[in-house]
This record gives sequence, C-alpha cells and structure tokens, in this order.
Amino acid sequence: MNTKNQFAESAATVTEPLEGAHDLTVLPPEKVTWLEHLHGWIVTVDHKRIGILYILYGVLFLLVGGLEAVLIRIQLFRPLNNFVSPQSYNRLFTLHGTTMVFLVGMPILFGFGNYLIPLMIGARDMAFPRLNAFSFWISAFAGFLLYYSLVGGVGLAGAGSAPDVGWFAYAPLTEPAFSPGHSTDYWTVSLLLNGIGSIGTAVNIIATVFCMRCKGMTLMRMPLLPWLYATMSTLVLLAISPLTAAQIMLMADRYLGAHFFDSQAGGSAVLWFHFFWIFGHPEVYVLVLPAFAFANEIVPTFSRKAIFGYPAMVVASVAIAFISLGVWAHHMFTVGMTSVSNAFFTLSTMLVSIPTGIKLFNWLATMWGGRIRFEMPMLFTTAFLFQWVVAGLTGIILSVSPFDWQVHFSYFLVAHFHYVLVGAIVFMIFAAFYYWYPKATGRMLNQRLGKLHFWLMVIGFHMTFDVMFFVGLLGMPRQIYTYMPDRPWTVLNQIVSIGGVVQALAVLVFAANLFYSWFRGEEAGPDPWDAWTLEWATNSPPPVYNFATEPEVASRRPLWDLKHPEDPDFAYE
Amino acid sequence: MSTIPLEHTHLSEDWHPARRGIVGMWALIVAESAMFTIFVVAYIYYIGKSDFGPTPRQVLHVPVLGTVCLLSSSLFIWLAERQFEHLRGAAFKLFWGITCLLAAVFLVDTAREWHELIYRDGLTMRTNLFGTTFYSLVGLHAAHVTVGLIMLSIVWIFSLANRVRPEHATKLQALSMYWHFVDAVWVVVFSVVYVAGR
Amino acid sequence: MVLYLLLVYAIVRYRARASDGNIEPPQVFGSVEIELSWTIIPVLIIIVLFLTTAGVIFALQDAPKPANALDITVIGHQFWWEYRYPQFGIVTANELHIPASDPQHPRPTFMKLTSADVDHSFWIPQLAGKTDILPNRVNELWIDPHVPGRYEGQCSMLCGVQHAKMLLVAYVDPPEKFDAWVRQQQQAASNAAAVEAGRQVFEHVSCINCHTVRGTQANGQFGPDLTHLMTRSTIASGAVPNTAENLKQWVANPDDFKPGVLMPNMHLTAEQLNQVTAYLTSLE
Repeated sequence: MNTKNQFAESAATVTEPLEGAHDLTVLPPEKVTWLEHLHGWIVTVDHKRIGILYILYGVLFLLVGGLEAVLIRIQLFRPLNNFVSPQSYNRLFTLHGTTMVFLVGMPILFGFGNYLIPLMIGARDMAFPRLNAFSFWISAFAGFLLYYSLVGGVGLAGAGSAPDVGWFAYAPLTEPAFSPGHSTDYWTVSLLLNGIGSIGTAVNIIATVFCMRCKGMTLMRMPLLPWLYATMSTLVLLAISPLTAAQIMLMADRYLGAHFFDSQAGGSAVLWFHFFWIFGHPEVYVLVLPAFAFANEIVPTFSRKAIFGYPAMVVASVAIAFISLGVWAHHMFTVGMTSVSNAFFTLSTMLVSIPTGIKLFNWLATMWGGRIRFEMPMLFTTAFLFQWVVAGLTGIILSVSPFDWQVHFSYFLVAHFHYVLVGAIVFMIFAAFYYWYPKATGRMLNQRLGKLHFWLMVIGFHMTFDVMFFVGLLGMPRQIYTYMPDRPWTVLNQIVSIGGVVQALAVLVFAANLFYSWFRGEEAGPDPWDAWTLEWATNSPPPVYNFATEPEVASRRPLWDLKHPEDPDFAYE
Repeated sequence: MSTIPLEHTHLSEDWHPARRGIVGMWALIVAESAMFTIFVVAYIYYIGKSDFGPTPRQVLHVPVLGTVCLLSSSLFIWLAERQFEHLRGAAFKLFWGITCLLAAVFLVDTAREWHELIYRDGLTMRTNLFGTTFYSLVGLHAAHVTVGLIMLSIVWIFSLANRVRPEHATKLQALSMYWHFVDAVWVVVFSVVYVAGR
Repeated sequence: MVLYLLLVYAIVRYRARASDGNIEPPQVFGSVEIELSWTIIPVLIIIVLFLTTAGVIFALQDAPKPANALDITVIGHQFWWEYRYPQFGIVTANELHIPASDPQHPRPTFMKLTSADVDHSFWIPQLAGKTDILPNRVNELWIDPHVPGRYEGQCSMLCGVQHAKMLLVAYVDPPEKFDAWVRQQQQAASNAAAVEAGRQVFEHVSCINCHTVRGTQANGQFGPDLTHLMTRSTIASGAVPNTAENLKQWVANPDDFKPGVLMPNMHLTAEQLNQVTAYLTSLE
C-alpha cells in the first residue's frame, strides 16, 4: 500500500464521518439548553475546551492586570501624587506582577499548548484529560483566591488584605512580625495552588509529547511547538517545585512558629532570595519558550519556507532551558555574594545568550530568500524579532554585575523585563491569537481592528518602555509609590504613563476584535494560511475527536508533502 | 532514499511509543525531587546554626527499625511485581501486603521518635532552626510515605477482592516507581539528618 | 545594529509581491557551516566580554582596605538610616557625612551594612552601586569620592509602606570640614535652660523609649539618634526640610508626611507641642 496515498485519503475524509459512523459526542445545537451547554463546559475534559477556558481566563486577568498598571502609572504621573495611598500602591504593584505572571502568562500559554499540541501531533487528546481539567480548575480557584483578598479583611477601600510585599515577596518582610494579617497568606496559598495546577499541566504535556504522537512522527519530525512546550514543561517541573517548597516554609514560619526566614532566630533572608530565584529565573524561560514556539511556527508559514536549521533549533531550545537553571543569582548581584559567585553567574547568564542568538539567526535565515507575507501574525512576529534583540541585549548588559550594581532594582531593570514580557511574550501571544483564532473558531479576526491594535501597541509599548530605560539610568528605583519633585524624573514618567494608556487602548481594541469576530468574522476554512502542520488538516473548529482516522506522517511538514507531491520534504530529511 | 513508502510502512509497524503512565510518573518524580532538594538544602544550610535548644547530637538516635523496614519494603514491592508478571495472585497479595505492613511500621516508628523528641526532649518546630528544618524535611517525607501507603492499601484491598487484573500492570508499575522514589528520598534524608548532620 | 540592518533588509527584499503569484520560494533546510559560524563567533565575543567584566568584579569587590580608611556602620531600619562611626564614637541618623578623598592620598570610606528588621538597599547613584542591607548579614561597600557636595539616593529594596520615602542624603565634605563635623557630633547634647519645659515633655511622654539624646536619660534605640538633630538639613529620612514648622507637624502627626511610618502620634497638647519643638530645635 502506498502510504502517502493513505495519508492523502485521511486528509480528504477528515471532514466527513466514516461511512456508517455516527458522531454521538456532541449533541446538535438545537437539542441543548444553555444550562446544559454551560454544564458541558464546566465538566469538559476535552483539551480544546480546556485550552479555550485557560485562554479566556488569562485574557480576563490581562484586563485586570492592565487596569492595575494604568492605576500605577496615574499615581506616578506627578511627584508626590496622592491618587492612591502608599499602602494601596504597594498592593497594586504586587497584584500587577503576580497577576501578569501567574494568572495571565502561565494560563494563556498553557491554554495554547493544551489546544495545539494534540492537534499538531495527530492525537485525540492530551495524555491525561481528567488531570487536565483538574489543573485548570485549581488554577482558576487560585486566581479567585488571590483576588478575594481585595474584599477579605477590611474590604475594598484600602484594598482589603491584598498582598503588598512585591510579587517576589522577599523575606523577612513577609514574616508575621512585619506582615501581620492575612495579605501575605493570600499570596502564598493562591500561588501554591496555582503551582500544583502548573505541575499537573507540565506532567500532562510531557506525557502527551512522548507518548501520543501519531504514526511516523518521530521526535525529530515533530513540529517545533511541541518540542518547546515539552522543554518548557520540564523547566516547570524543576522550577515551580522550589517555589512550592519555599512557600510551604513561609507558611510554616507564619503559622507553625518555624524559623526558616525568621531573622530573630537566626533565619536567613538570603535563603529566600536563592529559593525564590531558583524558581523565578527559569519561570521567565517557561514564559518565553512558548513565545519562541509560536515564532517557530509563524515565521516559516509567512516566509513560505521551512524553518532553517530544525536540529539546531531543537538543540538551542533545550540548551536555553538547561542553562537557564544555572543563572538565578544574577537577580542577587547586590546581595553581597563573593566575587567568585558574582563572576560565575555573570558568565552563566552571558552563556544563555548564545543559544538564544542561534534561534534569532535561524529565524532570520528562514525569512532570508523567502516570500514574506505581512499578515497580522507576521506583523506581530516581526515586531517581536526587533524587540527581542533589545530585550536580550539589555539582559546581557545587566549580567555585567558591576553595571547591575548601579541599575539593579531601578526602572532600567523594569524596562528590561517588560521588554521580555511584553515586547516579546505578549506580542507573540497576540501573533498566536491572530494565527490560531481562525482554527479554534472558524472565523478570521478582523484585519482593520487588527492593524489598529498593532500600531497602538507598537507606539504605546515603545513610548513607555524605551523611555523607561532612561528613567532607570537617572536613578529611579522601582516599587516606590511616589518620588521627590527635585529628581529629574517627572517628564519622563509622564511620557511612560501616556504610553501605558495607549497600550491599554490597544488591548481593549484587541478584546473587542475577539468578541466582534466571533460573530462577524470572515469564514476561515480549515487552512486559511496555507500552512504545513497537522492542525490545518482538520476542520475549523476541529471536531471533538480532532481527526477521523489517525494521521501518518513521513516528514516535518506533512501538509507540504500533500500539497507538493512532486517535491516532498521526506526526500530531503 | 527512493523507496520512502516502504521505509515508512516499516516504521509504522514498529510504532511503540512509551506508556503515558510511566512517563507521567517520571515527570512527577522529577518535580518532587526538586522540592525535596530545596528542603534538604535548607537543612544543610542551617546545620550548626541554632543559637539555642537541643542539637542533633543530643537528641537524635538512628531509626534503625524504621529504616530497615522502609528499605526492605522496596524489595518486597519488587517481588510482588514479579509475582504479578507471572500471574501468581496469592504470592502477589502476600508480598504486596508485606510492603504495606513495612510501610506502616516505618510510620509508627517515626511517630514514636517524634513523641520522644517533643515530650522528652522539648524539640518542636518552633524551638530552633534544627527543630524547624528537621520536622519539615522528615515530615514532608513521612507525608509522602503516608500518601503512598494509602495508595498501596487501596490496591491491596482491591487485590483481596480479586479485582486487580493483568491489564493494570502499568498502573502497578507506576505506583511502585513512586514507592521506590520515596525510599530513595529516605536514603538521602537519612544520610543528611542522621549521619552527616549529627 | 548589524542584526537590525539584516532584519530590515530581509523584510524589504524578501517581501511577497503580487507578481510572485503562488510560487513557493526555494526551500532551504539548514546548513551546518552557518550554524557553527554563528555559534562560535558569539562564544568568542562572550569570552572577551566576560573576562573584562570579571576583571572589574574582582577589582571592585576585593579591593584591599588601606589603613587610613574611614569605617562606618550603616544599619537600615523601617524607614530610616542609622550611621555609626566606631573610630570616633559617634552615632547619627539619616544624613551621612564622609570626607572627600584626594586621589594622590586616598582616604576611602569603608562601610559595613546590615539591617535591624527587613531587607533594604543602600543606593546613592553618583557615589557607588547599590548594596543590599539584610538582617543577620553584614555586607561591605567602599566609596572613594573625590568631589565634595551633596549627594542624594534612596532605599532600593521594598521594605514596607514607606519604602518610597526612605531617602538618602550624603555630604562629601572637604577634610577640614569633615573633622569639624566629627568634633561637633562627639559633643554631648546642648542643655539650654530655656527649653527645660520641652525637655521634660520629651522625657515624660516616652520619646526617650525610642530616641537617644546623648548626655540625657534618653537612650532608646528604635528610632533615630537626635543628639545633633539640627545639623541635618532634612527630617523623616529626607522626606521634608528640617524647619521648626515641619518638626512641629511631624511630631504632632507623623502620618502627615509618611503615612504608615512607625513613629506613633503621641497626642500632645498644643502647649506640649510648642515646648517640645523648641527643645528639638535647640539640639544643635
């Protein structure tokens, strides 16, 4: 039997049920009441629905976290401003950071992973569907718990007992002596629960990638997105657990009289630094690897070329994850470590730029000689490429510890990490939305709203974060609720704040687009971008079982082989 | 490279991906190892740093009984699995049951040790750094043993009702991997707390 | 720069044009030589960058301490700074004085930093990089300033609700002026009879539980040393200028200037307030 034809048949019949088969998995719409429909969503174990739930949850908190950012920027618009009290301000930036990392970044990225991985590897669902649902709901509960802190305690005025110790909650500020009441507990417990959900999803992703690939899809034929998600999941396993351990220790200090970080009894503040950043640094790679994964799929499709150097990309991605486990103390250069330690962490941090650079060069090489189409996903990806260069280079600058001794904990640092988190990760999340929304909903996102979103975002982003580097270089530290009028920071802060409002507008336009296109978007069909990976070989949206028969692949780009039988990839791989 | 379809067919006949239960359990073990590592690091960091209160040398006695029981329970669970492979139900139930018993003895021994430490020696979590790190590390391990014992007992009860069948082999293997992990952690905890740290 | 140029070039040159129709470009899968070249060249760049950096790290951190260096112990509190000069027996607060150092005959200042409560960080950008201030740990920082003047900075690690107003003021004095300042600080507090009433208020309304005024019964350690309060240009660790008006308002209700600060409102009567302000303004 000619296997290629067998696959071609699969693709052709995937939209029609097999003869004699009746799909009982989903009731026809007119038979379902809205209550049953809602119930279906709550008890679902389908990876696509869980993926969408994660993403919607993340977008909701994006709006909340964005509102917090706008409030922060209003407070910093003028020196000695009193738009919010010092206590409220400290709660605002704590919530902003915690929300964006744990309730926006992780869920949206896990959501995309959940949705795409089984489709891309030709599987029916994730390895552990019920664990998948459990992970989502415990994460959702964790988010609810964190925000319950606003009304727990003394209530909304004065922002209740919301945590106010910064998103990294340095000890001993978090010890009961310095943080009485429950605000720190909300931070600790909600993140602990969130971490359990994350570990569950990571276990699921790893088992799915290693065990559920369709026939013929060896690891070296798997698309890069599942590769990067598997790598990111390994990092989650290794990095979230230290945070969980540290949080258990903190709760023991706060309620069982333990002394892990209790300086009165000889406990060490530095230990919290180490434990937190052993989690914290890999965490940012957990967030950025999926952004790279999206670029790995989008750049080839819109350059009309295969990704340049697939094996090198695999090795580079794994190397990034591996090295990132050894750089954590670059967050601690000012803590007073020995010169040897400082030098070591400077070196390890510089080393991580090498595989990262390889990825960037490979993307450039993919574009080189291609026929680049600047549709919405590619616009955002192009902005990402430019912004990533700045993000990475400022990271290298910061790794030079003597320089870091000046700018650590200043707005230079804040600008750097927002370049990574917003300039790279959020931009790629937007790109991913424009790329895969048609697959999930069957409709294209509106082009005009998309372009407006893009330009507002680019203008606002650069207005805020380019200027912010200079505010930091002029000596403004972070996490301060106000500043003195005699510092040369006022005008720059005002520009930063206006940029923040522009970005908020951009996000609102985006949210409106998501909503509007659901009802009025142009029909997408199974393969609107003329792409090459398996998710485009099924309907938009896919049926609940994904593929009518299990696909079989012979190369990294099964749909290219199908569309170009005269020049298939497997002749070259 | 011309007869790709043939090679391709060949590959698809030999397509045996790993079992997800086993891969999933390995992933869980990696995560748990990272967590235990942090508690061990904290323990080692604070050795000798308590300003007051009982010291390890004064109050710790090597828990011989518990350790022998726990480590030999790994042997018995392995034996039980081998019996299961050969479909010898009675032997499987016996060895699996002994595993549960040994685990229970370990927990009782730990409880006895803690009772002495608290009431005779006055060492609690809030006493000093040694108390904090000892109870949290040994306690975390004991919690994992407890969860393991519960799971093992559930399997044992099902086996007594003859409801454990050959198709459950992968689940049993995953559970016994967890059990071996718990024992391996004890080797580390034992060495750090009762040998090196005293 | 080079990277940007390449990116821009790629975008412009390889843009899809309508005239291309639907032809796919030549598919290139990779090249080992190219991968190696853009791995090895960055490695070389990193090696050079690292070796230079390591040199600076060791030079700064492990600099030997000359015999004539000035020793200062800095203790961070929520939300003020304590300075001790062990060589002179002085304790002061919130405003640092250090001698200017002559490049020919350097007299650097070597500081030991620790915290009485939570994490802080000592940062005066124009004088040195920041160094964290942690409880149960003594960190070290040296400064070798050549130019006299007034330098500003602030606490750079979130330490609680008034972190933003834990400001730093440092005066780099020419050596004679520094010596004069030391001598003045070494004297006991002034004891004018005119402000006796204020001193009584100070001693009986528990100010002495937190503050020290050397030469009197006041020897509290929790708050700043006030022996020579009027030699400071600001109060509340830099939050407001040191004037009688501000002092009065600060004592009446500290939360007016720094809401959430740890100094309580002692609910003094108007008369007590006037008397104690007069006393404080006499502490030169």
